[in-house]
Amino acid sequence: MAGSQEIRTKIKSVQNTRKITKAMEMVAASKMRKAQERMRAARPYSEKIRRLAANLSQANVTEYRHAFLGRAKAVVVKRVGLIVVTTDKGLCGGLNTNLLRQAMNTMRQWEGDGATDIRVTCIGNKGLGFMQRLGANVISHVTHLGDTPHLEKLIGPMKVMIDAFQAGELDAVYLAYTRFVNTMKQEPVIEPLLPLSGERMGTPERGWDYLYEPDAQTVIDELLVRYVEALIYQGVAENMASEQSARMVAMKAATDNAGSVIKELQLVYNKARQAAITKEISEIVGGAAAIAG
Amino acid sequence: MAMTIHVDVVSAEELIFSGLAEFVVLPGEAGELGILPGHMPLMTRIKPGAVRVKMPGDKEELIFVAGGLLEVQPGLVTVLADTAIRGADLDQAKAMDAKKMAEEAMVNRGSAMDYARAQVELAEAIAQLAAIDRLRKQRH
Repeated sequence: MAGSQEIRTKIKSVQNTRKITKAMEMVAASKMRKAQERMRAARPYSEKIRRLAANLSQANVTEYRHAFLGRAKAVVVKRVGLIVVTTDKGLCGGLNTNLLRQAMNTMRQWEGDGATDIRVTCIGNKGLGFMQRLGANVISHVTHLGDTPHLEKLIGPMKVMIDAFQAGELDAVYLAYTRFVNTMKQEPVIEPLLPLSGERMGTPERGWDYLYEPDAQTVIDELLVRYVEALIYQGVAENMASEQSARMVAMKAATDNAGSVIKELQLVYNKARQAAITKEISEIVGGAAAIAG
Repeated sequence: MAMTIHVDVVSAEELIFSGLAEFVVLPGEAGELGILPGHMPLMTRIKPGAVRVKMPGDKEELIFVAGGLLEVQPGLVTVLADTAIRGADLDQAKAMDAKKMAEEAMVNRGSAMDYARAQVELAEAIAQLAAIDRLRKQRH
């Protein structure tokens, strides 16, 4: 009966694992709802600032042109910045792996196309670890954002990247994050962030001729920096919603798998027990036959 | 009926206020700004402080903002509020911090309270106190 005892312990341990994954699934489900709400809460701001940026990009073309808008898109990008948004924690399926694989392939492609300088900003623990192992040039990073992304924590690391672009050290900046499509589907995307493209902002409703205080340049500078930050923030918020739903799905799969493993083990256990009983009976019968004979 | 103007106060993290107002007072960078319906298009920075929205029917809303940007169109006021107190040197300090952190990624980050963060907290506290003060005065 030694074998069946082992199987019983194994079943117990898998049952415990199932309890844990079930609990994690439920936690992720409730966090997912909150993360989605936050994603939606960030929308009015990004809508407003997008509209403003669109108005501005048209309103005073002659007066002042900002580096984010003014620079034409380079045909060959030699110096690229990449902002990688990943999660802090694991156990969320292939979310980070998919994104990081795509980021790595894109970086390789850039290198193949003649990029000489690739700088990386990492938001989230997983991306940071990966990029450091990869030996990428990580110029700034932020980890441990918690469940609520706060813009305040992002300002510094973002500024390092934005400044590099503004100073002309980079030709383009890309943002890599996992877009939230729905609960079952999240897709890794790498989007061009800088220079700002006109089509993304949309057409202005009307070219207002604003009065600027203190002057146009200061206000436009501030606005565009905030616009870029809002885009990144939106990416981070979406990434968090993606993280929670991916975790929920992954944990649900783990719970289901644990269930089927338990079923299989139960079958093996029953067989072993039956075999033991059969053996005992045949031994008794054999013994009895020997005595009788 | 009195003329009204649509007011939106939004921050990157949430929608703070949206509604009609007769009169809005904001802490503009160059001084207090009072916006009435039909104001000419204006765009400016605002300082940390209180945004006072006078709604139709003698109701008032007092919103504390940590600075941000203000856009005025004849029928629309949009306040893009910051969630944190910003300033060129503060942002710079944060960027420097981030850079340093990246450079010393392996080294222990140090627990000393840094100056920039203390300054942020102080400025925020002062602005909050001012807002509370105003609220008190109104009540009396």
